[in-house]
Amino acid sequence: MTSTASAPLTAQGRRPGRSWEHQHVLDLDDFSVGEIETVLNLADRMREVLDRRIARVPALRGYTVVNLFYEPSTRTRASFELAGKVLGADVISVTANTSSVVKGESLIDTVRTLRAMRADAIVMRHSIAGAPYLAATNTDASIINAGDGAHAHPTQALLDLYTIKSRLGSIAGKRVVMVGDISHSRVARSDMWGLTAMGAEVVLCGPPTLLPRGLRAQDRPAHAESALPNVTIETDIDRAIEGADVVMALRLQSERQQRGLLPSLHEYAQLYQVTAQRLAKAKPDHVLMHPGPKNEGIEIAGAVAAGQHSIIEEQVTNGVAIRMALLYLLSGRTDLPGDGGSVTSEARA
Amino acid sequence: MTTIAIHNGHVIDPALGQDGIADVVIVDGRIARVGPGEGDAVIDAERIDATGLVVSPGFVDLHTHLREPGFEGKETIRTGTEAGARGGYTTVCAMPNTMPALDSRAAIESVLREAEASARIRVLPIGAITVGRQGKELTPQGELQAAGVVALSDDGDAVADPSLMRHALEYSTRFNLPIAQHCEDPSLVRDGHMHEGWVATRLGLRGRPASAEETMVARDIALAELVGAHLHICHVSTAGSVALIAAARERGARVTAEVTPHHLTLTHEEVAFADDYVHIRYNTNAKVNPPLREEADLEALANALRDGVIDAIATDHAPHGVNDKAIEFDLAAPGLTMLETAFGLSMRLVHEGRLSLPTLIERLTIGPVRTWRLDEIPGLQGLGTLAPGALGDVAILDPDAEWTVEPEAFASKGKNTPLGGKTLRGRVVATIANGQIVHETERMVAL
Amino acid sequence: MVNSAPILDTQAVRRTLRRLAHEIVESNQGVEGLVLIGIQRGGDVIAQRIADDIEEIEGVRPGLGALDVTLHRDDLDRRHPEPQPSALPDVDGKVVVLVDDVLMTGRTVRAALDALNDFGRPRIVRLAVLVDRGHRELPIRADMVGKNIPTSREDNVRVLLQEEDGRDAVVILPGRMES
Repeated sequence: MTSTASAPLTAQGRRPGRSWEHQHVLDLDDFSVGEIETVLNLADRMREVLDRRIARVPALRGYTVVNLFYEPSTRTRASFELAGKVLGADVISVTANTSSVVKGESLIDTVRTLRAMRADAIVMRHSIAGAPYLAATNTDASIINAGDGAHAHPTQALLDLYTIKSRLGSIAGKRVVMVGDISHSRVARSDMWGLTAMGAEVVLCGPPTLLPRGLRAQDRPAHAESALPNVTIETDIDRAIEGADVVMALRLQSERQQRGLLPSLHEYAQLYQVTAQRLAKAKPDHVLMHPGPKNEGIEIAGAVAAGQHSIIEEQVTNGVAIRMALLYLLSGRTDLPGDGGSVTSEARA
Repeated sequence: MTTIAIHNGHVIDPALGQDGIADVVIVDGRIARVGPGEGDAVIDAERIDATGLVVSPGFVDLHTHLREPGFEGKETIRTGTEAGARGGYTTVCAMPNTMPALDSRAAIESVLREAEASARIRVLPIGAITVGRQGKELTPQGELQAAGVVALSDDGDAVADPSLMRHALEYSTRFNLPIAQHCEDPSLVRDGHMHEGWVATRLGLRGRPASAEETMVARDIALAELVGAHLHICHVSTAGSVALIAAARERGARVTAEVTPHHLTLTHEEVAFADDYVHIRYNTNAKVNPPLREEADLEALANALRDGVIDAIATDHAPHGVNDKAIEFDLAAPGLTMLETAFGLSMRLVHEGRLSLPTLIERLTIGPVRTWRLDEIPGLQGLGTLAPGALGDVAILDPDAEWTVEPEAFASKGKNTPLGGKTLRGRVVATIANGQIVHETERMVAL
Repeated sequence: MVNSAPILDTQAVRRTLRRLAHEIVESNQGVEGLVLIGIQRGGDVIAQRIADDIEEIEGVRPGLGALDVTLHRDDLDRRHPEPQPSALPDVDGKVVVLVDDVLMTGRTVRAALDALNDFGRPRIVRLAVLVDRGHRELPIRADMVGKNIPTSREDNVRVLLQEEDGRDAVVILPGRMES
């Protein structure tokens, strides 16, 4: 079951908007609109499976998924475990505490060892940006990035896209405002790729010390204009939220204050907390999101997190469906309708 | 009596202003004669046909990490000097960030003993500025100079404490030793692993801002001016540093500077991108401190090198083992192996018309020698020149030869280069050190 | 392919479906508790047609659903087709008739039986197919068969339907199957 990066595809008859050519899921920067749509459409089917009385199918029987977590995580790990199990895969989880990681085994050794044990997919969470890329270039197992440092969290971004699309009908043209610690947010980074690819207007809002450099087009040379997504930067939350369709509050870690990036959490909450009063300036039918885990009272007011515009819990359920879709796509060849291998009645019989 | 006659080469000796076709004759390890037809006058010589090639003084590197003692897995004096020979170098100055650090007479003497035994080319040791490179106490500069150091540096780390740096500079005036500083403020580069800018943002890596270098360059210039010491800025990497150095020299401060071939030619994009801006990588072979910067910095550095604001090209040859690089980016060791590619990479500036070949050769030969007054050291008179009586150090170069970089074929143990598989135009055909041929390629034609 | 001489022409397809409708009603002795579930894709349209016929015959419409079996297939290591929507009425205690267009190896039906379990526990499950072409690989037999068509393994049997192909017909294309 080791599909290669470029499984042969018959070009003729491939329906636009339906494609899949990835062996790994590392970030959304190399996803086409068609590939994103493929995942979102498939997630619809997977939501349906999740909502069955017995949410368990044997599609990935014999497929082995290893969760390799170098950083603690409850929800992402659980989400992948559930996704794999609903699809009938074998799922095991390895954390830095129990693996040989602590004995000084290198990442490449660890990944190769897991592959030698016939892991088909390795879901990786790591505190250092780029670690999944190192893994991907050293194994033919599929690497799924479940968060690497401040770099990327593509499965979170896909579930965000799916949640926005299912709630608002479409993504194109929507004003999506992300508020908080953009600098250290892998969610924001992956979201901005996915959202801009799908035609959303992305506004990043935070204190200047938590906004990364180089995001303004004038901060990079003309030849590299496409090297980062086209986003708007705003340091005033009230201006940012004005007319928003989607407001996403990002987690603020108290470490930022200790490192001198913020004067105090109190001032941060004063200036950047997503509150009902501030949300009044958003569109009347706006939705409120948070990648979790939340610090209520810091980046988001408790009342709005549980309020009628909040779709935070839906994000969590959708996360399982998105990860099911990704595992399904990675585990198989790229036989999608129109690719020349569609299941027609005579082949099915 | 051994004689080598190099015939009919294009001799470029910036120190003597020589730039034309001539023969070079080396007798018993020293330059004997240079001039048209001089080679024909000698008998019983080993003869090399340099027709169509450039003959230059052997290169001098102010900044080489030979790793011995302590890190022989990365490089040894033997392999590092072999790499130098292949790169046209006949003299390398060895940085003291070894284990133990070169902070005592005994340590210096052991390096010199090992060099005597195994080096292919001349090794001049650099002593540490502080004991154990810990940034706490000064090393005995007098004892180190007596043992043979040519400069002092804690390279790899900056001397962060301004007061200690002031005293290091002040004390060095007694010995006229250059204090070579790796300028990066540790507090400003904390947890940073590449240039702070849009590429770091794309990769989600924390950056080392240009200002981390510039604030320390400014600080150290002020300190050097205060005490009248010779401050040498290692591997200058930003346009801002260039401006600070230019202004200081304008004022007559004793400030010299070096730049590496990679900081002159590669940008921070090298870390992230290979072919396009869609796919990224985390190229640890392009991880180096100070980090590769932006186009505007490269241009300022090239101009400064041309104008003499920067005195020398130094390699910062920093070999590492595979396991130091085939790991997570933040954990990977900084530095790249450079001795064998320095000439070919630097030649880009010449081929792009931004630097003349004689100027490039000046910055590789007499430039670094004068920067640290190496030719004032007993036994090294004439270093960096082809003057009669000078040391028999010669590099024979083919400025137009194209070759593909194959790290696996390096003499250096360090294969850590971002240039693997790339084509360079400009090759070292042969190297003669102390009158001995220490490197020759198939291009070298013996007569 | 559309030009091949049909095994069943338009009239024959319609007559056959009508006969299947009669047989289903007869075996169930009415429409009470009857649910037709078409197997995606192909079986869903046929199930609809039969439901229409039953409604005409009995004046009552049976329950109707569509079941996708992609995620229950046993050959997923070779191909990963895109799953289709499943939409099922309550099947607990019902008489479920699985409907498919062509029966061959029996693997799809095996997958459908598994998939059906995820939705509930029918009292009885029966199988109705428009075409049975033989070559069974599993001990599975249809309760109601529109037409038995002996074929070579390599033949390509296509069921064309008005809703999807513009006409009703069953044709055989000689040559290799796609899988």
